[in-house]
Amino acid sequence: MISTIGSKTVEVVRAAGRFGHFVGDLARATADVGTWPRLTVVQMRRIGVDSLPVALFIAAFTGIVLALQASYTFTGTVPLYIVGTVVGKTMMLELGPVLTGLALGGRVGASVAAELGTMKVTEQVDALETLAYDPHSYLVLPRVIAGTTMVPIVVALGIATGLLTGWLASLVLLDLSTAEFVKGLKFLYRFKDTWFGLFKSATFGFTITLVGCIVGLATRGGAEGVGRSTTRAVVYSAMLILVLDAFWAMILL
Amino acid sequence: MIEFRDLHKGFGPKPVLTGFSLQVRDGETLVIIGYSGSGKSVALKHIVGLLHPDAGEVIVDGRAVASLDRAGLTEVRRDIGYVFQFAALFDSMTVAENVALGLRRRALAEDEIAERVREALALVDLTGTDDRLPAELSGGMRKRVGIARAIALRPRYILYDEPTTGLDPVTSAVMDQLMIRAREHLGVTGVVVTHDMRSAYTVGDRIAMLYEGRIRQVGTTAEIQDTEDPVVRQFIEGRPS
Repeated sequence: MISTIGSKTVEVVRAAGRFGHFVGDLARATADVGTWPRLTVVQMRRIGVDSLPVALFIAAFTGIVLALQASYTFTGTVPLYIVGTVVGKTMMLELGPVLTGLALGGRVGASVAAELGTMKVTEQVDALETLAYDPHSYLVLPRVIAGTTMVPIVVALGIATGLLTGWLASLVLLDLSTAEFVKGLKFLYRFKDTWFGLFKSATFGFTITLVGCIVGLATRGGAEGVGRSTTRAVVYSAMLILVLDAFWAMILL
Repeated sequence: MIEFRDLHKGFGPKPVLTGFSLQVRDGETLVIIGYSGSGKSVALKHIVGLLHPDAGEVIVDGRAVASLDRAGLTEVRRDIGYVFQFAALFDSMTVAENVALGLRRRALAEDEIAERVREALALVDLTGTDDRLPAELSGGMRKRVGIARAIALRPRYILYDEPTTGLDPVTSAVMDQLMIRAREHLGVTGVVVTHDMRSAYTVGDRIAMLYEGRIRQVGTTAEIQDTEDPVVRQFIEGRPS
C-alpha cells in the first residue's frame, strides 16, 4: 500500500517535472523567430479555418435548441423576450466556448497528437533535430500559438451563428418579434459576457494544442502507440476543458 | 574525430551499452556490426545527442556532446548528416523540399539551395524526382533521398543507420556504391551501422563488432575477415550457434 502510494507520487512528480521542462523548452523556443512565425500561419489555417464548418454546425443547432428550451421553460411564467437573454448569455458565457472547445478537442487535439505521434515513431522528429531544428519551435510553438489565437475567433463566429439561429428560431417557431428578441439580448448584457467567453476559449485553444503536442511527442510503439496517443489527447483535452471552465467561472465571475 | 569513451546506456532495467569505447578516425568509413538489438543504433544516436548516456561520453571534434547546451548541440549537428533506417522523410514535403530543409536552416540563398538540391539528387541518381512525394517512392528510393538530404549539407561526418536493411541485393549494392561515392566526392568520415556483412566489407575501411554492450573486436576489413575470435567468426559467417 505504502509502496504503491510512493511510486504513484514519484510518477506524478516526474510527470510534473516533464511538463515544466516541456513548457520551459517552449518558452525558450520563442527566440527562434526564423522558424515558427511562417509555420504558425499554416497552422492557423489548419486549426482555425478548417475547424469552422464543424464549429458553426454545432453552434447553429445549439442556438435553435436554446431558444426552444427557453420558450418551453418560460411560457406562462416569464416574459418571452427573455428567450433572447437566455440565448445570448448562454451562447457567450458557456455553450459557445465549451461546446466548440470540446468539438475542437476532438478534431484538433486528435489531429495534432496523431500527426506528431506518427512523426515521432517514424523518426521524423529525430530527423528534424539532426537537421539542427528545435522540434519545439518547428512543431509545438506554431500549433500552440495557432490554437490560442484561432480558437477564440472560431468561438466568436460560433457565438454569432448561435445568436443568428436562435433569433431565426424565435422568429419562425416562437412568434417572437425581432425587436423583442433584441430587447432580451440587451437585457442584463455586460461587456464581460463577451470577453469572458473569448478569454476562456483562448485558454481552451492553448490547452488542446499543448496537450496534443505533449502526448504526440511522447508516443512510443508504432501504429498502436499513435492510436493510444490520439485517444489520450482527446480524453485529456476534454477533461481539462471542463476543469478550466469551472476554474475560470470561480475566478472571474 | 569521433570518440566513444566508456559509454553506458540502459532503458529501464535493461543495459544496452556497458562500457562502449571506440574511435572513428577522420576520413575513414567505420562499420559497426552486431546482432539485432545489440545497441548499434543506440550508439549512433549518442553522436548527435538524440540520446544521453547514463555514463561515459561521446566526443566529436573535442566537444563532449552530452554536456553541450542546445546552441552547442546545433553546432555539432551542423557537421553531421544522419541517414535514418527508414529514411525518416517528411511525408507532407516533396523530395526537393525534404533535401532542402536542412539547407534552409543555414540561411543560404534560394539559388544556392536549389543548386545543392540538384547536385545531391544527381549524386544519388534521383534527378527529376524533385516534385514527388515520399509516398510515391520505393523503399530504396526513399533511402537514397535520405542520403541526398544528408550530403546536401556537405557535412564532415555522415552516420548511416542500417542503410541496406529491407532492400533487395541489387538495391543494397546500389546503396553501397552511393556511400562510397559520397565519401569519394565529399571526403566525409562515415559511420555505418549494419548487420549486412557484404555491405560492411564493401564500404568499410575498418569494422568494429558490438557484442554484449561493448566492442568485441575492431580492425581492418581484412583483419575481421581473418579473425579467430569465435563470436566474431560466428557472426560474420552467419552460423547459428
